[in-house]
Amino acid sequence: MLTIREYKKVESLEEAYTLNQKKSNRVIGGMIWLKMETLNVGTAIDLSGLGLDTIEETETEFRIGAMASLRALELHEGLAAYTNGAMRESVRHIVGVQLRNLATVGGSLYSRFGFSDVLTMFLVLDAQVELYKGGIVPLSEYAERPKDRDILVRIIVPKKNAKFNYQSVRISQTDIPVLTCASVKDENGYRFAIGARPARAQIYAQPVDKTAEQMAEAVRAEIKTGSSLRGSAEYRRHLAGVLVRRAAHALDAE
Amino acid sequence: MLITMTLNGKKVADDVAADTLLIDFVRNHGCLSVKRGCETANCGLCTVFMDEKPVLSCSVLAARASGHTITTLEGLQGEAAEFGAFIADQGAEQCGFCNPGFMMNAIALFREKQDPTDEEIKEYLAGNLCRCSGYEGQLRGIRAYLDWKKQREEDAQ
Repeated sequence: MLTIREYKKVESLEEAYTLNQKKSNRVIGGMIWLKMETLNVGTAIDLSGLGLDTIEETETEFRIGAMASLRALELHEGLAAYTNGAMRESVRHIVGVQLRNLATVGGSLYSRFGFSDVLTMFLVLDAQVELYKGGIVPLSEYAERPKDRDILVRIIVPKKNAKFNYQSVRISQTDIPVLTCASVKDENGYRFAIGARPARAQIYAQPVDKTAEQMAEAVRAEIKTGSSLRGSAEYRRHLAGVLVRRAAHALDAE
Repeated sequence: MLITMTLNGKKVADDVAADTLLIDFVRNHGCLSVKRGCETANCGLCTVFMDEKPVLSCSVLAARASGHTITTLEGLQGEAAEFGAFIADQGAEQCGFCNPGFMMNAIALFREKQDPTDEEIKEYLAGNLCRCSGYEGQLRGIRAYLDWKKQREEDAQ
């Protein structure tokens, strides 16, 4: 059970950062997974008063506040257009509208869950995270770091000339995925982020001149998968090939 | 700590613990339609509107809801009676425990989309679990309600 002794809706990032240096304190995102932990929190740090729930689109990038909900990602027309619908596809299977109105992009990326559709998607967007003290860091690097006590402020998605796709496999609707696969095709070739292996999503790059079948075979040979309640390592390896092939076909289609 | 919110149109102020959940707060203020089904943020039974958006009240701190507008089924009796009759006509539910959360999210759907397809209905309501039924009755009830509403609007023109 989660218990909280004090609650503080902070008025500045500095206040959030200072409070967060104490080990017993916690930043509250959507509180979906946090609530299911057995944890005694000293002070719950609420960022919801800082206006970090918006998605800004400029000529060159998207600037997504850490408190933006997964539902906001799902409904944002600019993100939908830029990602060829992949952003919406990556989040729409996550439980239900009510949960996605609460769950935040910052909470998802900070937590770096292995099963995270959100982390999988943002990895192929070449996203960067802006940390209050740590500055701007590539998400691919942040995802591999141990969790620290900095404050994740926003996510920056640069606009590039690229095409995106998102695929996932679930045993039943609204369950967490057995495997996720976000993909991008640009002038450098293809990149596939595959998550729920069940470990955290990783990127597999493929050159532009390979066929879908060759890429599926290459990723199947390279990927490290494991077994869990939802599927065996062999099943996940097989699925990785299937999703890469489907993604490659979708990316190649006009 | 002292919090205040607008609950079903009325200003409510109360002293709560830092970890009081919104579900417990609204139930303590008479909104017993709000049910605790799973406690793992999956079933949708505790759905309320926070500033018009459907959320799971089991996963919101009452403190975070302070200053916001909260609506439960108790505050939507007109819409609930109108739509609920169509669900009852289909005999869609057996025990009825999931009904308030389902009604809330269906009303949110109707407000967001005037004329949803079956796929859009299923996607929007995927986070509302019912363990008695197979959802077919609910889907028929929703279709019948939407058809009736459309007919009523056409007749009015």
